[in-house]
Amino acid sequence: MGDRCLLIGVGDTVDPETSARVFGLVRRLKERPIAGVFDIVPAFTTVALHYRPELLGAAPFEALRAAVLERLAEPLDTAASAGRSIDIPVCYGGELGPDLADVAAQCGLTTEQVIERHMQSAHRIYMLGFAPGFPFIGGLDPALKMPRRSSPRTRIPPGSVGIARDQSCVYPLETPGGWNLIGRTPVRLFDPAADPPCLLAPGDRVRFVRIDEPTYQNLLEAQP
Amino acid sequence: MSGRIQVLKPGVQSQLQDLGRFGFQDLGVPVCGAMDEWAHRLANLLAGNAQDEATLEIVLMGPSLVFENATQIAIAGADLSPRLNGEPVAMHQRIDIAAGSQLEFGRRVNGLRAYLAVRGGFAVDPVMGSRSTYVRGGFGGFQGRALRKGDVLPMADFAGAFEPAAPLPAGCEMPSVEPGAVTPVRVTTGEHWSRFTPEAQAEFAAAVYKISPQSDRMGYRLEGPALQRADSVELISEAMSFGTIQVPADGLPIVLMAERHSAGGYLKIAHVISVDLSLMAQLAPQQALRFERVSLEEAQTLYLQREQRLAQLRASLGVTA
Repeated sequence: MGDRCLLIGVGDTVDPETSARVFGLVRRLKERPIAGVFDIVPAFTTVALHYRPELLGAAPFEALRAAVLERLAEPLDTAASAGRSIDIPVCYGGELGPDLADVAAQCGLTTEQVIERHMQSAHRIYMLGFAPGFPFIGGLDPALKMPRRSSPRTRIPPGSVGIARDQSCVYPLETPGGWNLIGRTPVRLFDPAADPPCLLAPGDRVRFVRIDEPTYQNLLEAQP
Repeated sequence: MSGRIQVLKPGVQSQLQDLGRFGFQDLGVPVCGAMDEWAHRLANLLAGNAQDEATLEIVLMGPSLVFENATQIAIAGADLSPRLNGEPVAMHQRIDIAAGSQLEFGRRVNGLRAYLAVRGGFAVDPVMGSRSTYVRGGFGGFQGRALRKGDVLPMADFAGAFEPAAPLPAGCEMPSVEPGAVTPVRVTTGEHWSRFTPEAQAEFAAAVYKISPQSDRMGYRLEGPALQRADSVELISEAMSFGTIQVPADGLPIVLMAERHSAGGYLKIAHVISVDLSLMAQLAPQQALRFERVSLEEAQTLYLQREQRLAQLRASLGVTA
């Protein structure tokens, strides 16, 4: 991928097994680091290595490829990382989830059924990307599968919980975006001053828990 | 002795940048950093600094700054007609600044972005390991934003006068970007090259593209022929890098720049080679470019040669960091 990044393909489909191989490879590359590699970026089916060619000798790409192949020689530990189990409180519908009624209509469900199915889905974080702390969350109930909005919004408030295709997301910052917004969480997902700066990490299991609007407001105000 | 700089006029999007915020792309945090890494590094070295100290990235219309204290500075990159106390001042060399001096910028002669380094660097706290400003995230640099009128920028402790032993060696000058010319930009082909039609591949190699006014630190949108895909298979999101040229559904290429997303889901047709990213960063909206394909080996050879020249410059100036 250009002269300072190597992309390693791990699989072709978005599924828990491929994700486990991606993170198995990331663990291997962290246990046995390669000089010159300064950023490792896992995604659904790939791992990218950003590197400084001047630290890898006269033929940098060949040297890096050899180092990666050497680390792939032994089988990867693909035991899915235990991950943490994290509850995210969500106030569904109303002004905080403006697309809930539309989602229900498109899926042929009531809004209550959409909320129930969303809470009971087997959510698992595949990757962070797009914006700081933005989680791509797989495992959405197939009954809720639907496309992104045809026209993306230019400003989505922080904390907005969206669904699109077979995934959920939460917007950590105000950004543009095209997911269908069904609710909002008062929890802050990204804080540059915190260590670690992100609440969520790939491999974590997420449960969305319903709260009412007064609780949402109280939790929002309780944040520093 | 530390010092302060008063901002009389902020200029357009003047913001502190270093070489970028690395190690957090897996959390979705953009790298940011200087758009023209080469000019940023030159400015720092000429001011006697380590190359990852923050510099002030100045775009098109420069700020007016008053130095409350004596220091030394260097300006590299675009020639935006810098003047010190009303007199023209040279680019690409160390400049001694007396307390109370005023630095201004005027007409754009060439390029788009100039980099101002001060001796010892700017005294702002790193956020997640970097002093780069991330305006969309509201953190890093000076209060997470571009300069405003009335700001007071803190300089680090004055590290003692810097007396470079040698002038700028040959091969370290900035690439020239003529406003009216079609600038050749070298690229390596991307992993999805074969997913474009033969016509699109030929068009990409032959066409003259113009930089769209809707370009920013995140990406340069290009105006020109739309590129047709050979298939309609959707791409699964994966990592991006500085210089990646992606092609969204409308077929118009976007060159990803310093503040790009860490990952995305559009096809990658090519990548601007690292040594030519400096050229890209100096191209202003409406300027024209065309792409020239080179091999990965050639791109990396050019990169290593440039690193060698910079190492020679560092040694000749006696900068050890």
